[in-house]
Amino acid sequence: MNTAAKEQSTVQKEQSMVLQKEMINANYEALATAHEDGKKISSTFVPGNLNELLMCFDFVRNLPEINALQAGMRKKSGGYIMEAERSGHSEDVCTYVKSDLGMMAKGQVGPNGMPLPTPDILLLSYTGCFTFMKWFELVRDQYDCETAMLHVPYQADGKITDNMRNFVVTQIKEQVIPALERVSGVKFDIDRLREYLKESAKAEEDLVWVLQSAKNRPSPIDAYFGGVYYCGPIFTAFRGSKATTDYYRALRAEVEARIRQGLGPVTPEGVLDEERIRLVVEGPPNWTHFRDFWKMFYDEGAVVVASSYTKVGGVYDFGFRHDPEHPIESLADYCLGCYTNHSLPARVNMLCNYMEEYSADGFLNNSIKSCNSFSAGQLLMLREIEERTGKPAGFIETDLVDPRYFSPANVKNRLESYFQMIEQKKARGDARTAA
Amino acid sequence: MALQEIVERCQDLYEDLDFSSVRAWKEAGKGRKVIGHMPVYVPRELIHAAGILPVGILGGGDQLDVIHGDAYYQSYICRIPRSTIELAITGRLDCLDGMLFPSTCDVIRNLSGMWQLKFQGKLVRYFDVPQNFDLDIGGAFYNRELQSFRDALAELVGHEISDDDLRASIDVYNKNRQAIVELYAYRAAEPWQVPTPEVYLLMRAGMLLPVEEHTQLIYDYIAAAKEVERPVRDNCRVVINGLFCEQPPLGLLKSIELAGCYVVDDDFMLVARWLLHDVPTDGDPLKNLSDAFITYSAETSCKYVPHKEDKGKFLVESVRKNRAEGVIFASPSFCDPALLDRPMLQNALTARGIPFTAFKFAENSGQLQPFREQAGTFADSIKLWSAA
Ligand code: SF4
Ligand code: SF4
Repeated sequence: MNTAAKEQSTVQKEQSMVLQKEMINANYEALATAHEDGKKISSTFVPGNLNELLMCFDFVRNLPEINALQAGMRKKSGGYIMEAERSGHSEDVCTYVKSDLGMMAKGQVGPNGMPLPTPDILLLSYTGCFTFMKWFELVRDQYDCETAMLHVPYQADGKITDNMRNFVVTQIKEQVIPALERVSGVKFDIDRLREYLKESAKAEEDLVWVLQSAKNRPSPIDAYFGGVYYCGPIFTAFRGSKATTDYYRALRAEVEARIRQGLGPVTPEGVLDEERIRLVVEGPPNWTHFRDFWKMFYDEGAVVVASSYTKVGGVYDFGFRHDPEHPIESLADYCLGCYTNHSLPARVNMLCNYMEEYSADGFLNNSIKSCNSFSAGQLLMLREIEERTGKPAGFIETDLVDPRYFSPANVKNRLESYFQMIEQKKARGDARTAA
Repeated sequence: MALQEIVERCQDLYEDLDFSSVRAWKEAGKGRKVIGHMPVYVPRELIHAAGILPVGILGGGDQLDVIHGDAYYQSYICRIPRSTIELAITGRLDCLDGMLFPSTCDVIRNLSGMWQLKFQGKLVRYFDVPQNFDLDIGGAFYNRELQSFRDALAELVGHEISDDDLRASIDVYNKNRQAIVELYAYRAAEPWQVPTPEVYLLMRAGMLLPVEEHTQLIYDYIAAAKEVERPVRDNCRVVINGLFCEQPPLGLLKSIELAGCYVVDDDFMLVARWLLHDVPTDGDPLKNLSDAFITYSAETSCKYVPHKEDKGKFLVESVRKNRAEGVIFASPSFCDPALLDRPMLQNALTARGIPFTAFKFAENSGQLQPFREQAGTFADSIKLWSAA
């Protein structure tokens, strides 16, 4: 057995992770053979995706960000990014975009080694990040297919106004649905949409339960490193399907069992025995060194109890659910409500709320070099959160998929001193309480 | 006014990071109010109709020592937000009664939230514009956004903004746009007479002065420029692109000309050139403004182009109309909109055989020699091609 294979076999996975892997693989296979099977393919971004609507038209769903993420995890993104830079893209811009474009330039081979066919429709629900708009134009440039664009206004004042909602609803009804009908040849059936939304709401309920289980001590989950797996199906091509509802039911049962046994989260090296530090984390993770990055936390007994990244494809923990009674309106509210479509003050409030509700010991910001949507303003957010909660805040810098910007020694050093600071502060607090 | 005097006045305004002219305007009348706005576009007509002075806030350029601002931004974010924060923290923006953040990019969007957190008690507004250019959809959304902005302004000044006030302001801005059209046409016709650093300074003055005064200043400049005779050089004609948000150091513009390029079109201060025709002064003024945005506004990297085949056409058209021989892309470092757009624009140019060159700058770039060399090489190669 080679070292990589050996390592693979010793990695511990939750049952739900295995289930999810199967779903993802099946989707990549469906994408590879879609055209032979007489199916149409849609390509769409994660935040504010209209998965249930796309399902109404029998599209097989491709998500470029997930391809970039998968390329990162499989150590391929570095080459893709260099390819995009060779073809004229600046080193300064979002690396997700470059990973995707580089993958296209290198023959558009999916993570399973099978080619990803050309989409039949590009659907951009442009929410939470301006770069999506440019990415969409760049991808559109390469394809000869129909495009539909949904502009989702920004919640600058921390609320959804009627004008915003109406704007999104009108675009869905008058532009997006007709385009989807035209390309798929399938007539829109609102009752079919309602059925999918019912499934979404059930899955969302269980996802929220799972994420909120981190309020327990010890937390049975890691809401960042584990959390990104938990969010996978609901954020991507699967929300609205029965399989996804089942997945979240199974996940919830797994987590319930862990709580009953008083167990901590499952890490790649087994169940974490001792929870020493509880953290709230802002910002996306790094994918190219995901496992090494995670290890820096669990080796120190640091567990992430809440994170903003697990809200990037939808904020469900403050009550929003897809609503079959108001199908299009709830699609609009979903798009408007994704994490980075919230104002900076709203993001600060959300994170302070997590610090309190999840009894966190510290707040950590993983700032992503090439993601302005998340990163611009994070230093002020950090100060605000530190001031409001009185808990120590830490700051590290990495990138999503560019391996050049992940410096393991540097990140590890910073994390270690940050964790020490938290422990010292906790010790002082405990001593005061004892006295 | 003599040419030198006009240029010096604009230069003084440009260098005055304390916004003295704005303060003076404010103090000249009781209850006067001022609203700042970042690039690229806000409907200044509405602000003007409320009796408020709109002021363009364009960062600190290469003159401001950024001391506090760096603590707010990581090294991999462009310069303009940090120097803008610096201006605010050092009290230079205290004369503003409000601040507008147009929907330009994620950096400016998030800056609006930083403002809400840091500078409370004044009007702070993220100004959203539609990326959907259907009159009944994007237009209807925008119309209601304009109405809500109008209400916010009315609350600030304590009185309604009437349709007639708005029509009068539209008229004033139509005149300003017309003056700018004439200035740009003059430069395109005789670029040796209208150096681009002077055009830049004139446009910058329009970010501070009352619009009526700015219109007059442009006409005075044109008249004065026609009085002098400047040497004609063997320069090539270029369009520069990418300067719509973070500002280039003035030296950069000078370098481009010194390197042998006459700039015949640019994307400076787009707020003043955003609407491409006059806005009608009869009928519903709010609808006229919103229809103008939807149907005849300029193009930048911050704006979605609905049809793939139209991408880059705006730039190509500017090259054609101004008889340019090439394009210089000058993009701010770390600017996603400009840098992601650039390859698509370059493709559009390549498809039509239009040469281009590209570099990145920051508002405080001190080393101008590399820009000069690159622009010089570009100018030489254009001359070589045209001679061949
Ligand atoms: S800038 Fe950030 S949010 Fe936007 S596409 Fe890139 S990684 Fe995603
Ligand atoms: S320079 Fe570019 S990235 Fe920076 S604020 Fe302006 S548009 Fe945004």
